[in-house]
Amino acid sequence: MYAIVAIGFNIIYNATGIINFAQGEFVMLGGMTAVTLNRFMPLPLAIPAAVAITTIVGAIIEIVFIRWLHKPSVLRMVIITIGVSILIRETALHIWGESVKALPYFTGSSVSSINLGGVYISSQILWVVGIGALVVAALGAFFNLTMLGRQMRACSANRDAARLCGIDAGNMVTLSFMVSAAIGALGGCIICPITYVQYDSGTPLAIKGFTVAILGGLGNSTAAVGAGMILGILESFSIWVLPTAYKEAISIAILLAILFVKPSGIFGSAEAARLKEF
Amino acid sequence: MARRYLPVVAFTVLLVAIQLATRFTATPYHLTQLTMTAYYSLIIVGLCMLIGYAGQISLGHAGFFAIGGYVTAFLTTFNLKPHPGVIVSLLSKSGVLVARPDAYGGDLLTVHPWLACGIAILLAVVIAYLVGGPVLKLKGHYLAMATLGFGIIVYRMVLGTEFLGAADGISDVPGFPLLSGVVITGNSSARVSNYYVAWGLVILGVVLLLNLIHSRVGRALAAVHGAEDAAGAMGIPTARYKLNTFVLSAVFASLAGVLLTHYNGGIGPSEAGVMKSVRYVAIVAIGGMANLWGALSMSLVLNYLSLRGYFGTYDDAVFGVILILIMLFAPDGLLRRHLLSDLKRMVSRNPAGKEAS
Repeated sequence: MYAIVAIGFNIIYNATGIINFAQGEFVMLGGMTAVTLNRFMPLPLAIPAAVAITTIVGAIIEIVFIRWLHKPSVLRMVIITIGVSILIRETALHIWGESVKALPYFTGSSVSSINLGGVYISSQILWVVGIGALVVAALGAFFNLTMLGRQMRACSANRDAARLCGIDAGNMVTLSFMVSAAIGALGGCIICPITYVQYDSGTPLAIKGFTVAILGGLGNSTAAVGAGMILGILESFSIWVLPTAYKEAISIAILLAILFVKPSGIFGSAEAARLKEF
Repeated sequence: MARRYLPVVAFTVLLVAIQLATRFTATPYHLTQLTMTAYYSLIIVGLCMLIGYAGQISLGHAGFFAIGGYVTAFLTTFNLKPHPGVIVSLLSKSGVLVARPDAYGGDLLTVHPWLACGIAILLAVVIAYLVGGPVLKLKGHYLAMATLGFGIIVYRMVLGTEFLGAADGISDVPGFPLLSGVVITGNSSARVSNYYVAWGLVILGVVLLLNLIHSRVGRALAAVHGAEDAAGAMGIPTARYKLNTFVLSAVFASLAGVLLTHYNGGIGPSEAGVMKSVRYVAIVAIGGMANLWGALSMSLVLNYLSLRGYFGTYDDAVFGVILILIMLFAPDGLLRRHLLSDLKRMVSRNPAGKEAS
């Protein structure tokens, strides 16, 4: 799950060099919209609709706030995306209120489980893992095989050069916001039966997603999946040792530790990291 | 008198005028919010020093505020009476303990606020050094995320720790006897004196910072902000200066936490929340990054409006919108025109477009 948020971070970072602090809000937005839509339409329809709506929101955010800034500084971008995340959160609060919401399980129910060689797993976990794997594979194909994906990568490598080659860099940035919003929303939909969704559940997710993105090496989607698993396991173990209330603090402590020791991430190379801006 | 002290006089006159206005319009209850505003402003000016002059963003200053507030609240409400021992008897012989009745009429034996304040600030300094060392090596997103992470850890700690009151926070914190006859307390009879004490402290803090900015250290910080590598090449110990500024701003924040906790008589986990940290950064940004007076006047207006509840349930959203608008349209801040000429030169030499990059 964290890996999905992290991938969202990576897409925007790859295309623009911006860390989108509102990424967690996309996840919340996806979950919330799906819950609302699920009242009027069946689940298989509600989820794509929710993803589509969040994608549009992502595009609007890019067009309204990001597009016409020329060479913005890092600090400005950080503050703007934080401002955007506050706006989305407050809007969600006024639309949906403070109540905790959840989607029904896709198959089975919260108590049913599937026996996998002696281990009992909730069916929803399988959905999360399956869709997560699918997303990573699809992204890999998109970035390496399609023209559009290659253009996006070209923009991230060198925006001026890409522009000289006739690539519309502005549209690529919009597209990357849309893709990452869509992935975030999809993640929000598939995880929400397990973790529930609330208007303020975005920020902790964004931070964990960022932790995972750093852990795996910023910009590297495959490594993000591995790092997501590591964080998930560490978090589950932390409940044994420390009170549950500190669970949130654990992932952040890991984030800080990683930042201090090896900002390039455990799977990243120091060589590549030196080229990026810290 | 140096020209840089003119705004000090102007600001003092404004504060006196506000007090007189509330006196003659019989609306002294406004002074309560204005006093709280003053303590929040203490954080703002400290943060302004860090962001504007040293060029380092911190999204975790509510954490330092909470450290100050919680430590003093805990020490001044924790009853030592049921814990007789060598340390307690030593402490009581040295006269740093005070006995007072609690809310239910029972006996309380607690640490004196002065000692609690000292311990709180000391702890904040130690933590700021420990955190600041590795954190300030980072830049841009990483620095923002790391300080944000620090703030959230503090928030989670106070929220999850039983003896810090968990979600309820700590209440029944006694007043802070500053001098004989002057007590920092929310008592309405001491409203006027507290108003002046609070703003007096803020002005004192600003004067200190102004002197620092105009000293050799301040010029070195300006160099660090403008071009860190060049500053380093000139022999300025950039890492040490950044760290010391960080610690200094942490001291401001924790002192504000201590005093506001005594003034309010309690503290809750929301004071450590992420939104508080973001709000402080927002106010510094509106005031113009490297502009103490701008930050101070914006803090006066916005904190006061927010505390009076003018924004209603849109409180956080208002600050979010403000942040976005400022960053989109006026990254140098709204009040640039109102600057002193020398500060103005400083800002134009370091346009905010190069902030922390």
